[in-house]
Amino acid sequence: MSPQSDASPHRLEFVMDPMEEIRETFFIECEELLEAMEAGLLAMSEGDDDGETVNAVFRAVHSIKGGAGAFGLDELVRFAHTFETTLDEVRAERLNATEEVLSVLLRAGDVLSDLVAASRDGANIDSDAISALIGELHEIAGSTGDDDASNGDADDEEFESFTPMSLDFGLDDSVGDDGSTSNAFDISFKPHKALYERGNDTTLLLRALSDIGTVTSTCNAEALPSFSDFDPEEVYLTWTVCIETEQSETEISEIFEFVEGDCDLAIETVENNSNILSAFESDSDDQESETIAPASAELEDIAAVDGNDDTDATNTEDVSNSIETPNQAPKEETPAEKKTSVKKASPKDQQGGAKATVRVDLERVDRLINLVGELVINQAMLSELAVDAGMAQNSSLATGFEEFKQLTREIQESVMAIRAQPVKSLFQRMSRIVREASSATNKSVILETDGESTEVDKTVIERLADPLTHMIRNAVDHGLETPEKRIEAGKDERGTVRLSAAHRSGRVMIEIADDGAGINRERVKQIAIDKNLISPDADLSNSEIDNLLFMPGFSTAKEVSDLSGRGVGMDVVKRAIQALGGRINISSTPGKGSTFSISLPLTLAVLDGMVVNVADQTLVVPLNSIVETLKPHDSDIHVVCDDATTVLIRGTFVPVIDVGFQLGYREPLEQFNDTVMILVETEEGAKTALLVDAIQDQRQVVIKGLEENYGHVPGIAAATILGDGRIALILDADAIVSSLPSVSPDDIQMQMAG
Amino acid sequence: MSISVLAVDDSRTMRDMLRLALVSEGFDVHLAEDGVDGLETLKGISPDVIITDINMPNLDGFGFIDGVRNGNNPHSTPILVLTTESAPELKQRARDAGATGWIVKPFDKDKLVAAIRRVAA
Repeated sequence: MSPQSDASPHRLEFVMDPMEEIRETFFIECEELLEAMEAGLLAMSEGDDDGETVNAVFRAVHSIKGGAGAFGLDELVRFAHTFETTLDEVRAERLNATEEVLSVLLRAGDVLSDLVAASRDGANIDSDAISALIGELHEIAGSTGDDDASNGDADDEEFESFTPMSLDFGLDDSVGDDGSTSNAFDISFKPHKALYERGNDTTLLLRALSDIGTVTSTCNAEALPSFSDFDPEEVYLTWTVCIETEQSETEISEIFEFVEGDCDLAIETVENNSNILSAFESDSDDQESETIAPASAELEDIAAVDGNDDTDATNTEDVSNSIETPNQAPKEETPAEKKTSVKKASPKDQQGGAKATVRVDLERVDRLINLVGELVINQAMLSELAVDAGMAQNSSLATGFEEFKQLTREIQESVMAIRAQPVKSLFQRMSRIVREASSATNKSVILETDGESTEVDKTVIERLADPLTHMIRNAVDHGLETPEKRIEAGKDERGTVRLSAAHRSGRVMIEIADDGAGINRERVKQIAIDKNLISPDADLSNSEIDNLLFMPGFSTAKEVSDLSGRGVGMDVVKRAIQALGGRINISSTPGKGSTFSISLPLTLAVLDGMVVNVADQTLVVPLNSIVETLKPHDSDIHVVCDDATTVLIRGTFVPVIDVGFQLGYREPLEQFNDTVMILVETEEGAKTALLVDAIQDQRQVVIKGLEENYGHVPGIAAATILGDGRIALILDADAIVSSLPSVSPDDIQMQMAG
Repeated sequence: MSISVLAVDDSRTMRDMLRLALVSEGFDVHLAEDGVDGLETLKGISPDVIITDINMPNLDGFGFIDGVRNGNNPHSTPILVLTTESAPELKQRARDAGATGWIVKPFDKDKLVAAIRRVAA
């Protein structure tokens, strides 16, 4: 198609087929449009009756249709068209956006996004579902405005019927000439003032005529007034043009297409006056020319549906006139060929882009992020070397290094920001899940979202989709009660699932809350006992019982439905969240509902950490879990429950974990002089003191994953390379804490009291 | 002097396609995202031809044409309307707004270029 396509097969951006590139842009744009559409439809279903909202939805669908047409995605065009026709009814306020109508529109939106995906991936499409929805869309649109429904049909016909119409072209041409392709037409043309006002120009029309044939034109200036009466904006001239051309009358009408109604126009075939199409008088009024307009306009449209069909028409014509006109088809095709072969990426291509957005291959961004990570390490290393080499604290060199550090950090933050995306798209996808879950369970559900503009790393967003989907399904399927039970409990018949995101102290918090019955703790505990996950006499706090849901192998089989099973896969959900450096937590109030809280790091690439020494090892404790650090006195240390050590901090006993022992570096310490304690807080809010030997520094470290090479190491989240080139392990504070034998602070209090 | 064209369309895909088609024809191409952006862009350039979409946010094609015809630009700048709808009423409405002609989407490159040449002085 273009000279680029036979270039190197590597899909580097600059040698990429431009059309292929635009096709990719189209699908990216489709994603955005689908989001906008969904957002609009959701706003409408929440009672937003602003005309602009409907308009935005209409525009989104309309743009998808427009682009799809350009790439010959007929299925998509057809569906988008029907969808758009119905939306137009809503837009024109002929159709009320009732709940029923919106439900159809929302489902149509889902199908549209499926169709876009299928078109992109070349996948199969469930045509039954589409036909069914097209039917529904017609139904709701048709019940109010028959006119437009039929309009839509007319448009549909265009797509289907252009081939037979093209054949007519050929027949038209061959009428009345015996093998000869040259026709002569008399054209009488009187422009109106409006023609010039709209930017048309007689000169250009005459020039266009002379491009397709031999033109003899006569200008009639009889009406020209004397100079004193002359109005420069008035029109006084008329033209009579005689043209000899190989083209048909259609081509001539086409030239005048834009000025129909703005002039008196008559085209007469010289040899064959009986031709109905050309039989109109030179003084025909606007009314008469208008009757022609739709017909010729339609021909133009039909021809414009696909450029190839023009060629088809010509070929057909060629066949029908197969004897003496071998030149005609090539003549038609040559200019087109020439034009396409000129296509090349000219420098102007870049100039034209007015807007400051750039599409970048994700790989390039990741490479940049990686490099910046190395830069951070290198910067730290340089600083350390300089200090070792005796750099004076207040020297200008030290100031320079400080600035260097600042800059590096800023570069890093900016680079990270490239990957950050609002969670909006993710949340919008969830509304579809809620819809599907709600119709599968016959529960009426409202999805509330909050904090959609919260930005999170792109990978985090992508990898959150599955766990979130699962949890949303769970919330609808098991969290919410049946409508009957809700009414019994005095609640609104419609359940609410709330999805929210927020930045909180350097992390992203995502919450999925339902206003259902809450977790049935007795049953959960019983199931855990039945499955030998806990001992029957285990004394568990409420939060511990709730967290049983995350245990592998836990499944509340009684509740399993075709949609989801509470507990089934919750361990998978937890693992997925943990793999993102996140934590998940449940809280539940009987009768009021359950809340799942997910806490995630903003980025997967760096973290702020405290560098500590433990048994001659260097470790990094993530800063976001640290509450405070302290040097304990021996008198504050208390050993309870045989081995459990606690420390008294401001009147509260906090369990102590000897990190060195926990990780197997050494035997437990006997005395705690010269140690430092790092007080960490877990997601559940429990505080634990981590015992380390010394604190070295607090700095940003680049996370290097361990799992790929070493698998999951309990208590260790990842590793990093420090400025001096040493490798340090990054502690997983939560994992370390949860490895503590189950002694809750409450127990300790009890022991101390008793 | 190459023909300079301002194309106004809210769809990035459509803008890319217009640019591809027009640049390959040697036209000098300027792009705008909606009517407001289009009018803003026109403060800096005087294109020979303007192409505009109808359905756009902020300021639609009709409003944009109105702004051009009644603005500081020469009112005779030819304006071609890009439309997916081929309904005669729509063309009439575009014409009433002051459009010079129209191009039906999805456009055929040759027809687009022909239409531009037909209206560009």
